[in-house]
Amino acid sequence: MSKVKNLQDLKKMRDELKGKINLREKSDHPESMVQIKVSMATCGIASGARETMNYMIDELDSQAIDAVVTQTGCMGYCYAEPTIEVTMPGEKPLVFGNVNTKKASEIIEKYIKNGELVDGIIPDSYETIDGK
Amino acid sequence: MKDLSMHLLDIAENSIKAGAKQVEVELRYADNRLVMTISDNGCGMDEEMVNRITDPYITSRTSRKVGLGLPFLKMNAEQTGGNIMISSEQGRGTTVKAVFLTDHIDCVPPGDLASSLSLLMTGNPEINFVIRLIKDDDAFEVSSNEINEVLEGIPISHPKVGVFVRNMLKEEF
Repeated sequence: MSKVKNLQDLKKMRDELKGKINLREKSDHPESMVQIKVSMATCGIASGARETMNYMIDELDSQAIDAVVTQTGCMGYCYAEPTIEVTMPGEKPLVFGNVNTKKASEIIEKYIKNGELVDGIIPDSYETIDGK
Repeated sequence: MKDLSMHLLDIAENSIKAGAKQVEVELRYADNRLVMTISDNGCGMDEEMVNRITDPYITSRTSRKVGLGLPFLKMNAEQTGGNIMISSEQGRGTTVKAVFLTDHIDCVPPGDLASSLSLLMTGNPEINFVIRLIKDDDAFEVSSNEINEVLEGIPISHPKVGVFVRNMLKEEF
């Protein structure tokens, strides 16, 4: 089995990553990173949320943007799946609807990298999905 | 659901909703059978709910009135000649076991199982996922706890880790 080799590779990657994160963030608190939650219930999965999440992970990785990408349940916006919630450090969370890979790319390029708002925001007054 | 990997992601999501701290996913391949077992230590259900759970109009959620995950899984398993079994105990957790006959013409394709499993692990940092893959005599097991130990504080949900875990699991399928 190749698990041991894999975990050694993971150690190597961790050491590389540690240097980079500390340099840029000066801390490894997830709150200081961009936080992305992808709604991953039956409705989201059927609409392609997994592809969106994979795409975001790949894109953030290749552009070396420090972020945490996690999953969440159904937010009740089944009509607008896939939906994602983006929280920039120090800002309120924003929920975007109909996020296919094209929209995801736009959100990364405009909102995450430059702070420009893009179409497709689902307005609501809550603080975060978990508190709902 | 187009393929098995989507079902896997969907059913495991139920465990997460049930407040599980540990979710075990086992894929056991033997001859023409694939047995997919997802067991969690979440809140569980009472017997009445277990008996009605494959009814699409039964759900515990409040945001919408239908719950299609398990009915879809049942349909896709049964159309291959397989079945699903659900056992649950309140306060102890739930186990969902689905049997697929993979050589049946109506069996949905496996899909990208590695990507579903890696997204579950990296997308739910607070839950320990134990992934077990058994193919004939070959077995592979990895858990979120093992990965977290190696990471020494780097969040498992970091995109770099996500890509790594996905590639690691891809080698096993």
